[in-house]
Amino acid sequence: MSKNTSSDRRTLLKLGAIASAGLAAPFVSRAQNKPIRIGMPTILSGRVAMLGQASSNAATLEVEKFNAAGGLNGRKIELVIRDSKGQPQEAARVARELVTSENCEILLDAEASSGAFAVHEVARDLGVLVMHSVSETSSLSADPKVRTPLGFRCARQGIHDAIVGGAYAAQVAKAKNLKRWMTVSPDYAYGRDTTNEFIEYLKFFNPSVEVIGDVWPKLFQADYTESVTRLLQGKPQAIYSALWGGDLTSFIDQASIYGLFKDREFFAVNMADYAVLTAVKNVPNGLHSGNRYLKSFPNTPANTNWCNAYQARFKDLPLNWAWQNAAAVQFLTTAMKKTNSSDGKKMADALRGMSIDSPFGNNGKLTMRADDNTVVDYAVGWGALEPKEPFMAKPSPGNWKQIAELELQWKKRKSFA
Amino acid sequence: MELTALLECLGSVSCIVTQSSTGLIIGALLFLVAAGLTLIFGVLGVINFAHGSFYMLGAYIALTAYRLTDSYALAALAAGVGVGVFAWLFERFFMRRVYQSDVLLQLLVCYAFILILDDVVKIVWGAEFQSMGMPPAFQMPPLFIGGGVVPVFYVYLMSAAGLIAFLLWFTLTRTRIGKIIRAAAQNPSMTSALGLNTRLIYALVFSFGGLLAGLAGGLAAPVRSMSPGMGFSILIESFIVTVIGGMGSVSGALLGAILIGLIRSFGSIGFPLFVEGLMFLSMVLILVFRPSGIMGKAQS
Repeated sequence: MSKNTSSDRRTLLKLGAIASAGLAAPFVSRAQNKPIRIGMPTILSGRVAMLGQASSNAATLEVEKFNAAGGLNGRKIELVIRDSKGQPQEAARVARELVTSENCEILLDAEASSGAFAVHEVARDLGVLVMHSVSETSSLSADPKVRTPLGFRCARQGIHDAIVGGAYAAQVAKAKNLKRWMTVSPDYAYGRDTTNEFIEYLKFFNPSVEVIGDVWPKLFQADYTESVTRLLQGKPQAIYSALWGGDLTSFIDQASIYGLFKDREFFAVNMADYAVLTAVKNVPNGLHSGNRYLKSFPNTPANTNWCNAYQARFKDLPLNWAWQNAAAVQFLTTAMKKTNSSDGKKMADALRGMSIDSPFGNNGKLTMRADDNTVVDYAVGWGALEPKEPFMAKPSPGNWKQIAELELQWKKRKSFA
Repeated sequence: MELTALLECLGSVSCIVTQSSTGLIIGALLFLVAAGLTLIFGVLGVINFAHGSFYMLGAYIALTAYRLTDSYALAALAAGVGVGVFAWLFERFFMRRVYQSDVLLQLLVCYAFILILDDVVKIVWGAEFQSMGMPPAFQMPPLFIGGGVVPVFYVYLMSAAGLIAFLLWFTLTRTRIGKIIRAAAQNPSMTSALGLNTRLIYALVFSFGGLLAGLAGGLAAPVRSMSPGMGFSILIESFIVTVIGGMGSVSGALLGAILIGLIRSFGSIGFPLFVEGLMFLSMVLILVFRPSGIMGKAQS
């Protein structure tokens, strides 16, 4: 009797356990299929709305690919995109809200530099993994006081462009005997830092160069007439500019009718991006640029295919911000798969030092450098521009060994290393 | 501060020609926008904070018209007429209702429209900046006058602005319509009592002010990239011009625009890091020593 009772009890417990497991299964399954929410603060309104548009397009494209391939064991990514209107305080507010109210586990920060620093601090405060995909300000990842273990950057850096640009421009200056230089760049942190760094490396590679004047129009200035005439008065042989986007287009259009580019070389780091190349109707001769995004650089089937897929999906050409965000999502999804998790700390450990196959890599690979959580080995180069496709027929690719060496010296000078 | 460079420039005919013409070019476009702003204020007594957005709308309308017709003249005309019609509707359905309200309410209505128009532009023309490009008729080397450089396109722009300034002056001072407008500006109640439709006069003036802003956007389109929000910077400069020239004075707007143009062109040589500061400093000096502006009438 007692045996029977005991046996019945055991059977009951077993049945109960089975029933509990059966009832609990949908909850476990639901948790396993819970989407991974990635918050994306970016600029979708105002004068640089194209930044947010290109960024969100590219991120969406990569997320769609990841989800179509089954996601992370069935868990799909949900991209939650919010407009910061280009204001740092709004970027910080939106970023915080994305994590605390919208339950985002990861931040993909597609903010310009001022906003990126604000989002960076929010991510530090909340202990959330953040991938910066737009800011090019070197100190965001180079300065150890700013850096955080969960903060990464998948975007080009001003210092890299300056080294490659300086080396290229010095070569052209030697070949064409260009000694008298002037600069025209937007009067804010990015414009001043990028210009100073370019000139530093131009002089490093060609000490005979002399900068005889500089012009600092304000950001988003509509009329560059006085800047153009001041450059004309200086009679430089070559001009460097860190103007970008619509400002660069306006400047070139306004300078062209003054004949500023006649018998003069113009080096614009931000020219070789489709937004500018297609907007400037008459690209003058003697223009040189760093690549931002070009379908033909790197000239590989992977890059061409990615560009074609983007164009087919959005009926638009990708911009620099597009490749950076596509690569950022590629890094994040690779880290998820590697750790089989969406946990920020585990992903951060995996991201440090990670190399991925990518259409945007110098040799088909991108690396998230472990020392400072920043992307390296991306395709960076300078070259002379032409008015039609491929726009830069003979790009001069940057040497990543040289970039790393000079970057380290620069970091030491800045007390970053 | 580069006073030596400024003195060298003032001693060189070529530099004086280039920088003076630069000042006139900058002033010409500023005048077109500021003239509409000051006209609306002078007659209606309201500050149209959405005026920069009218300029933006004009540039985009010109871009579309140019792509459709390949004619720059038609593009500029379409910009003026298109924005003129829009301004009429804006006055009829929105601004008219807040004429008697607090300036804060007027500001809020205008600010709402700045944001609305930015979004409309983004939806219709896209978020990316766009460029019209120089019409083939103006794709030619610049003129060299006394060694100074003056682009042909800017000679045309200055002529267009000069003609508009003359027509405005003539209409306001020498025609019956001008008399009615001035009467409505000075004493709307009396004008209305004389049987004149002041509402219609207000709508016409507001619409014409919008037309001028749209025309400026259209005329400048070949040398300005277009993007949502582009109207803001021109609005600020137009305010400086109207404050310096005298709120409500069209001739003051012309004078103020040329003065700002010259400050910017010669300031960029002598005070390259303080050009913006010079503009605002001149505005502050005017506000302190002549609050009504150079051509404005002092309030009794």
